[in-house]
Amino acid sequence: MTWNALILFGVLATSLVASAVIFLLAESRHTTRSVFNLAAAVVKLLLVGWIVWGVYQNIDYEFRFTIIEGVDFILRADALGMMFVGLSSLLWLFTTIYAIGYLEKAPNRSRFFGFFSLCVASTVGIALAGNLFTFLLFYELLTLSTYPLVVHRGTRESLRAGQVYLYYTLGGGALLLFGVVALHVLVGDTEFVPGGVLSGLDPSLHPLLIGIFLMMIIGLGVKAALFPLHAWLPMAMVAPAPVSALLHAVAVVKAGAFGIARLVYDVYGIEFAFSLGLLGPLAVAASITIIYGSLRALAQDDLKKRLAFSTVSQVSYIILGISLFGPVGTLGGLVHLLHQGLMKITLFFCAGNYAETLGVHKISELDGAGQRMPATSVAFTLGAFGMIGIPPMAGFISKWYLGIGALEVGMNWVLGVLILSSLLNAAYFLPILYRIWFRRRERLWCEGKVLGRFETSGWLLLPTLATAAFALVAGVLAGMPFSPLYWADLIVSREYLP
Amino acid sequence: MIGLWSVPLLFALPLALGILSLLVTPAWRPRLIFVGLPLLTLASVDVLARLVLEGPRIYELGGWEAPLGINLVVDGLAVGMILMTTLVASLCALYARVYLRDYPASSSFFWPLLWLLWAGMNGIWLAEDIFNLYVGLEVMGLAAVGMVALRATPQALAAAMRYLLAALLGSLAYLLGVALLYATYGTLSMAGLQEAAAPNATTHVALALIILGLLLKTALFPLHAWLPPAHGGALTPVSALLSALVIKGSFYILMRIWLVLGPEVTPIFTAQLLGVLGAGAVFYGGWMAWRQHHLKQLVAYSTVAQIGYLFLFFPLVTGTGPEAARLAWDGTLMMLVAHALAKAALFLSAGNLILAVGSTQISHLVGISRFRPMSLFSFGLAGVSLMGLPPSGGFTGKWLLLHSAILSDQWWWLIVLFLGGLLSAAYIFKVFRMSFREGPQIDRSITPPLTLDVTALILASASILIGLTAHLPLFWLRLGSAFGAG
Repeated sequence: MTWNALILFGVLATSLVASAVIFLLAESRHTTRSVFNLAAAVVKLLLVGWIVWGVYQNIDYEFRFTIIEGVDFILRADALGMMFVGLSSLLWLFTTIYAIGYLEKAPNRSRFFGFFSLCVASTVGIALAGNLFTFLLFYELLTLSTYPLVVHRGTRESLRAGQVYLYYTLGGGALLLFGVVALHVLVGDTEFVPGGVLSGLDPSLHPLLIGIFLMMIIGLGVKAALFPLHAWLPMAMVAPAPVSALLHAVAVVKAGAFGIARLVYDVYGIEFAFSLGLLGPLAVAASITIIYGSLRALAQDDLKKRLAFSTVSQVSYIILGISLFGPVGTLGGLVHLLHQGLMKITLFFCAGNYAETLGVHKISELDGAGQRMPATSVAFTLGAFGMIGIPPMAGFISKWYLGIGALEVGMNWVLGVLILSSLLNAAYFLPILYRIWFRRRERLWCEGKVLGRFETSGWLLLPTLATAAFALVAGVLAGMPFSPLYWADLIVSREYLP
Repeated sequence: MIGLWSVPLLFALPLALGILSLLVTPAWRPRLIFVGLPLLTLASVDVLARLVLEGPRIYELGGWEAPLGINLVVDGLAVGMILMTTLVASLCALYARVYLRDYPASSSFFWPLLWLLWAGMNGIWLAEDIFNLYVGLEVMGLAAVGMVALRATPQALAAAMRYLLAALLGSLAYLLGVALLYATYGTLSMAGLQEAAAPNATTHVALALIILGLLLKTALFPLHAWLPPAHGGALTPVSALLSALVIKGSFYILMRIWLVLGPEVTPIFTAQLLGVLGAGAVFYGGWMAWRQHHLKQLVAYSTVAQIGYLFLFFPLVTGTGPEAARLAWDGTLMMLVAHALAKAALFLSAGNLILAVGSTQISHLVGISRFRPMSLFSFGLAGVSLMGLPPSGGFTGKWLLLHSAILSDQWWWLIVLFLGGLLSAAYIFKVFRMSFREGPQIDRSITPPLTLDVTALILASASILIGLTAHLPLFWLRLGSAFGAG
């Protein structure tokens, strides 16, 4: 066991240990719990930073042991995985700060933070998994550890949402398991390798491989909220705001999109997947989801519901990028994995701030909120601009590369999808901004709570501003080393030129 | 010389302690575990160490050779079962010592029965001939029936009576089969049968009787009706012992005999039929478990379902390639051990939840996650293994079985494994859903003693950990079998 293996395991262990300690702490030990949770998040971020630097210099980080003959548990740091780990550890820190403020005086905090840490541990496991078996292991663990968070409020509605969540994810997980076992029978332990491991198989197996691909895409598409497998995501909006942030930005939908990236690049191999004719249908499915999500978002008056349908649409940008057979499209898709996370978590934090401070859940009640809560509203505006793809926000960078990537491989219709979706994004975000900034509130705000000396509690406001700043900086400084774009470029160069 | 003694000690010591516990006053009876558990643990570990170091062997009791003396088989399978029994039964005994303080009348008879049960089980794991297997089966069965009756309510007595009839009928059928085989081949030993047995009418009738008897005792669907009232209605530590260990005894015998007779004698048709019955058990048991309102009945029906998975062993091992057969062996044993750990944990934690809310109804668990997180956590961990979700023993077992089914081109068993997993998720989450609900009920709960929670948690954690470290136990279990080196 080398130092590097231990450091890699440490990234996983920080959240696992945090989860165990939090479960063991008594419900009333709020300060101890918060301090410990934040400390774990900071330590994790430092370890991730260390490994990111190492991966940049091509140092190998691997942790493995044998589970059963021919099946290993493998954690390995590569550029693609570290991107996801970096995102989730950064957002874990901010979401924890936010959740501490959001859940102040709420019951069941021990349970909440315990499962929250477990969720992050599963996400890190998904990102670092070195083979399909390990990936599957953490993918299912993520399902299990998210359920208690979705039903956290314990109301009839949230229990119903939890049940639907389970129907979708457990069903998808079963299909995924089938695909993983089938691939295992065909080629043995399926380690992730750039360029894939399947292209050498006999051509007579190709129809079977297509079937397996389809099954695994369904299994992964459930979490990525690919149409028509998305219905659980808007329903899960009944959960508290930090959980929405977790579902939409930190962990769950990202795990699905990331899994599809792994499947296409490192199991099938992008060229082999293209030669099997799998990428075209995937691009179509992603495009339908993009348009469909935006159309449904238009019709929602509940702010969080609108944001949820917006996620359905935005996550499919990642999948669209993956399915464009060319380095530039890939770049656009992968960089959106980071950008969408930063922008969407900002929007959900803002929605939570409005709900907690002003008691406002509906878009039609947001008139004049910009005057009452200027900082939150600025953050919201930045996030919304990013989603529409207005330069220099991060979302613009993603769409730019997606468009160029599509033109480069001759899929001009994708450009139409991108333009239409940007128009739709504008159509459902701009009216909100108009209400916030240009309409006047007619009645007084029914302010039940005074939450600190800012417009709302500092615990809620600071993470919101921080993630908004990140979303802005990721766009403005996209050309700098270690920006999301820079890192995605590194991944692409390693995936396409192995 | 300790090594030579540790084998007979495994059933002689529980027998001696059983007799001793009848001689001392009831207050002293529970304390005997502080002698018994360490010694039995030492003996089990010693047997394992010798197996790994010196390889599998046949142990001749008292130094007498086979027809005259009794042979004991000390191979990987037997030792694996012994370790499983020691772990599960020890933790159940520790649990029972605290739990039974509220049942003084039942307590005084529980301890002698526990030792008798333990002796019977270790006798089965070690027996090399089919008659001694019968003796072990009877001892274990009668002790188990006595334990079910301990609660002494009319329902418990009715359940025990049903169980007694099923158990007696089962062992009678088994004994008839044994007698037929002995009359035909003149041998009772496994090794002798392996050489002599030929596929003729007598063998098949004998095999049919043996299978029928053992199916009844294992409670395979549709012969399961006695199990839910007996397991669901018994005292909590008894339920755990019965569901986790006792039903495995008869399955173990069937597995051994099936492999000894070999593919010439065991028809593929029968193997497929056993698999179909197993599938029926998975579906029917899962469905019935989901419909229960009584927590321990739910867990009991879950056992009916889980038994079904074990019976996929027969179609996957009969007439298939060596690789598929090895995977079936590994997968079935992983399932068996994981179920023993998880089901014991599930019953114990269910018992804790019932103690906490003072009701057996699932609907009264509203909001319990707030008050008894530890009991619920054990229930959840064990549930993960039963649902076959990773990382757990149940998942590793399922993975191996899936692998074996694909390799042997029997895709229909895949469907059973998938739907079975989803059904178990349905009934496990039924309990969870209730526990997360914030209901109108007044918040009240009794805190069970810490021992009760800790024993359940250890078993539940073991059911998870064994999935991650499956490599080693599976290697041990293969020692001396047709599927492994040595």
